[in-house]
Amino acid sequence: MTSKARPNGAAAAAVLSAAIGVFLIGLLTTLAELLPGLKGGLTFWAPAGPLSGKTAVPVGIWLVAWVGLHRALAASDVNLARYTRWAWVLIVLGLVLTFPPVFEAFAR
Amino acid sequence: MQLSARELWTVLHGLVFGSLFLLAFAGGLAGLYSLRPEWVTVEGLRERVRRLLAGTWLMALVAWVTVISGTYIVYPWYRATPPTPETAGVDLSAYPRALLLSRPETALWHRFGMEWKEHIGWFAPILATTVAYLVAYYREGLAASGSLRRTVLGLFVVAFGAAAVAGVFGAFINKVAPIR
Repeated sequence: MTSKARPNGAAAAAVLSAAIGVFLIGLLTTLAELLPGLKGGLTFWAPAGPLSGKTAVPVGIWLVAWVGLHRALAASDVNLARYTRWAWVLIVLGLVLTFPPVFEAFAR
Repeated sequence: MQLSARELWTVLHGLVFGSLFLLAFAGGLAGLYSLRPEWVTVEGLRERVRRLLAGTWLMALVAWVTVISGTYIVYPWYRATPPTPETAGVDLSAYPRALLLSRPETALWHRFGMEWKEHIGWFAPILATTVAYLVAYYREGLAASGSLRRTVLGLFVVAFGAAAVAGVFGAFINKVAPIR
């Protein structure tokens, strides 16, 4: 069980970056309702409409954040509970912000 | 026994990939839950991790294929705009979104179901990839860390929940306003 000794920093990086990614999906979904102009900016491919940008941007940022956090944390042991707590906060916020009654409340 | 290309893609997106995802989830959930050193031998742990690796990566791969095919192949057919803004008396069967929105009794399928599905569905591949990566990175070490294993399990369940919401609404919406 050689991997048992691996520092938990890589886990913190992976979990937090995933949470950032899903939170951004929720955030952009809500912002696109709040700022109609943003919908046009998020339309990366017209047939799919703003959904193309609302998902491509968070996926891109998730991957960049993952690489960055991994480089910063992978070699060390961190307070994993603290990272996962923040990750769950972001995931729940992401879930709330993608719930139609919530983001439609911001629609203009 | 004929299917149009659109119907075939819809079946692939929702039924085939969805079933694979469900299958991989069931195996992965059992594997992750039981990944405890007090329950299995060292050899058993290694064998379980191998199966878990296959299951979680399959789940992640299927999740990506599902959301990408959904967003970039099926969804454009769903949201196609009718040639005229006036839809009264027009055959909207080729325009599922417009068809749903044309009647108050079906509009909520789009306003709630589709709007939720198209966004939350993307949670699944991100979270499933993270789970697969953590299984690959820590392997048997996951069994030794209860908190990490519980976190992975939690992400796994949320990934499945997101896919389930997307899958269930997809099935119902395709029943009410099929893509043909």
